[in-house]
Amino acid sequence: MSEGIMSEARIRVLLAKPGLDGHDRGVKVIARALRDAGMEVIYTGLRQTPEQVVAAAVQEDVDAIGLSILSGAHMTLFPRVVELARQEGLDDVVIFGGGIIPDEDIPRLKELGVSEVFTPGARMQEIIDFIRRNSHTALQPA
Amino acid sequence: MSTMSTTDVTNRLEEAEREWEERKLEPSLKESPETKKSFTTVSLAPVERLYTPNSLPEFDYETELGFPGEPPYTRGIHATGYRGKLWTMRQFAGFGSAFDTNQRFKYLLANGQTGLSVAFDLPTLMGYDSDHPFSEGEVGKCGVAISSLADMEVLFDGIPLENVTTSMTINAPASMIFAMFLGVAEKQGADWKKVGGTIQNDILKEYIAQKEWIYPPRPAMQLIVDTIEFCTREVPRFNPVSISGYHIREAGSTALQELAFTLRDGIEYVQYAIDHGMDVDDFAPRLSFFFNSHNDFFEEIAKYRAARRIWHKVMTERFNAKNPRSWALRFHTQTAGVSLTAQQPLNNIVRVAIQALAGVLGGTQSLHTDAYDEALALPSDAAALIALRTQQIIAHESGVINTVDPLGGSYFLEKLTREMEEGAFEYFRKIDDFGGMTEAIEAGFPQREIQDSSYEFQKAVESRDKIIVGVNDYVMDDEPSAMNLLQIDESVAELQAGRLSKLRAERNSSKVEETLKDLAAGARARVNTMPLLLDCVRAYATLGEMCDALRPVFGEYQEPAF
Repeated sequence: MSEGIMSEARIRVLLAKPGLDGHDRGVKVIARALRDAGMEVIYTGLRQTPEQVVAAAVQEDVDAIGLSILSGAHMTLFPRVVELARQEGLDDVVIFGGGIIPDEDIPRLKELGVSEVFTPGARMQEIIDFIRRNSHTALQPA
Repeated sequence: MSTMSTTDVTNRLEEAEREWEERKLEPSLKESPETKKSFTTVSLAPVERLYTPNSLPEFDYETELGFPGEPPYTRGIHATGYRGKLWTMRQFAGFGSAFDTNQRFKYLLANGQTGLSVAFDLPTLMGYDSDHPFSEGEVGKCGVAISSLADMEVLFDGIPLENVTTSMTINAPASMIFAMFLGVAEKQGADWKKVGGTIQNDILKEYIAQKEWIYPPRPAMQLIVDTIEFCTREVPRFNPVSISGYHIREAGSTALQELAFTLRDGIEYVQYAIDHGMDVDDFAPRLSFFFNSHNDFFEEIAKYRAARRIWHKVMTERFNAKNPRSWALRFHTQTAGVSLTAQQPLNNIVRVAIQALAGVLGGTQSLHTDAYDEALALPSDAAALIALRTQQIIAHESGVINTVDPLGGSYFLEKLTREMEEGAFEYFRKIDDFGGMTEAIEAGFPQREIQDSSYEFQKAVESRDKIIVGVNDYVMDDEPSAMNLLQIDESVAELQAGRLSKLRAERNSSKVEETLKDLAAGARARVNTMPLLLDCVRAYATLGEMCDALRPVFGEYQEPAF
C-alpha cells in the first residue's frame, strides 16, 4: 500500500443521509465519534439520492456505508442503496443504518442486506465496535 | 442611611452563610460526601449547592421582576396569569392524506383541544409535490401531504376557520401554504380580518438547525418580509412568523443557545422589516415565539422568564418600540421530542408531564405535549389522547394556575434567569460582530456551536455522567414491546398521485401558467409576492409549481460543509 509506513490502514466510512429529512444531529455526532476513534469519515450531507450515495462510496473506496433516516422512508431507501451497491460490485462494503426505525422493520431490512440497524439510544462505542468487527480493511492482515 | 442598613443586612447574611458553612456544611460533607464533584443542568451548566439572597447581589424587584402584565414582563404578560384564561392546548398533528388528518383534527377538537396545529410531510416542507421523484417513500410519513388548494380544502373540511385558530409548521414554502390556507378561508366565506393563527415561517432556524430550505437566506428573508407586510395589512389576527428555538434545541443546543439564537433571529426579522420601510410597532405585536421544554425543570423556567425580560429590553432599547404590545413576548411551547426514549416508552409520559409543567410555570401562551410513542413513530390515537390529558391534569388538578408566576422570587430561579439573560446578550454581541444572524449563519457560527454542544452531551451520556432512565441505567433486558404504532403505507402516495393528475387535467392550465409567470416576474421586480401567490393558488397551481417558479429568480441553497 502507498502508506507503507503505517502499520494499520485506516477504516474509511461513508455516512449518508438519503431522503428528505434534515435531522442530522445523530449522523454528525456519529461522524465525530468515528473520527475520534481514528477512522476516515466522509459525510455526504443532506438529501442524497441512493444513486449519489453509492457513487460516493465507489469514488471514496470505503469499507462501510452508514445510512441515517428519521423520516420513515427507510423501507424504500435502505434496500435501494443495498441493491445499487451490489450492482456496483461493492460486495465487501458493509452497509448499516440508523434512525427512527420500528423494531418490526429490522428483520426485513437485514434480509434485504442491511447488516445492522442502530436505533435511538445506541451507544457510539457499539457503532465503532461494529464497524471494526465488520470492515474489510480491519479484517485484512496489517 | 437606608443604603447603609441594606449593606449591613447583606454583610450580616454573607457572614451568616459563611458561619453555616463552617458549622454545618463542612462536617456534613466529611461525614457523607456528595455523590458528584459537580452538578450540572441538562445543558451541562454548573449548578451551586445552595442559593440564598447572597446569590443575587444588587437584586431589585421592580426593575428585574416587576408586576405581571408590565415591563419587564419577567412574571408574565398577563396581569392575572392563567386565572383569567388558560393556555391554548394545541397538539401538533398531521399524517397521511388530508382526509386522514382532517379526521384527527375533528377527534382532537371533540376531546377538548382548543386550537389546531398542522404537521406537514417532508415533500410539502421542502416544496415538492407528492408525485415528485424526491417524494418517493416520504409522502404522508412525517405529516400530512398537501400539494394544492384542493388538498387544503379537504384538510379543513367542516372546520370553520373563523372560529378555530390554526398554527402551521411550514417554513421554506410558508408563503405558498399560507396562500392556500387563505384560499380555503375565502371559499368558506370567512373574513380574513377575523381569521387567526400562526405560520412558523422562520427560515433562519432552518439554516441553523432543522435544515428544510429551498432558497438562499437573503431571498428567503424577502419572502418573509412579504408575509409580515401582507398580514399586517390584510390578515391582522395572524402571526406571520413564529420565531422558533424548538428545532435549535432538538438539534442539540443548550438551553442558553436556544434562547440566544432564537431571540437573535427575532432581532434579524425585525431589522429586515424595518429596513423594508415598516414601522416596528405596526408588526412587532404579531411576532410570536416557540420554545422547547426539556427535562431540566428550573433551567427551562428560567429560560422563558429571561426571554420575556430580554425581548422587552431589545424592543425598547434596540428598536425604540413605543407600543407595549410590541414589548411583550408571547410564546408557544412544545415538550422535547429529543428527550423521549424508544426504551420503556411509557416512561415518556412522566418526562412530558415534567416538561409541560415547566412550560406552564414559565408562562407559556400555548402548549403541545408530545405523545409517549414519538421516539418510535407518529402518535397513535391513544398516545395523542394521554398527551392532551396531561395538560388538562396540570390545568385543572395541580393547582399551579391559582397564582401568577408561583416560582418568582426563588433565589435559584432568579439567579438562573439572570445567567440566561447575561449569556444571551453575550451571544448577541458575538453575532452582531459577524454583521447579523444572516452573516453568522453564512459563517457557520450557530451551526458549529450546536454541533459542539450535542457532541458534549452525547459523551456525557456515554460516560454515564448523565443518566437517562431505561437507556444507560435501569435498563430492562426483555422490555414489553407490544405497542400499537401508527403505520403509514404507500397508499397515501398513490392517492396523492391520482389526485394530482386529475387536478392537472381539469384545471385551466393557461391560467396556471400565466399566474406562475406573474409570480416570477413580481419576485424579480421585488413587489410583494403574497397577492401573486394567491392568484396562483386560486388557479390551482401546485406547491411544487409555485416553488419551482421562484427557483430561477432566487437560486437554491447549498449547505456549506462545517
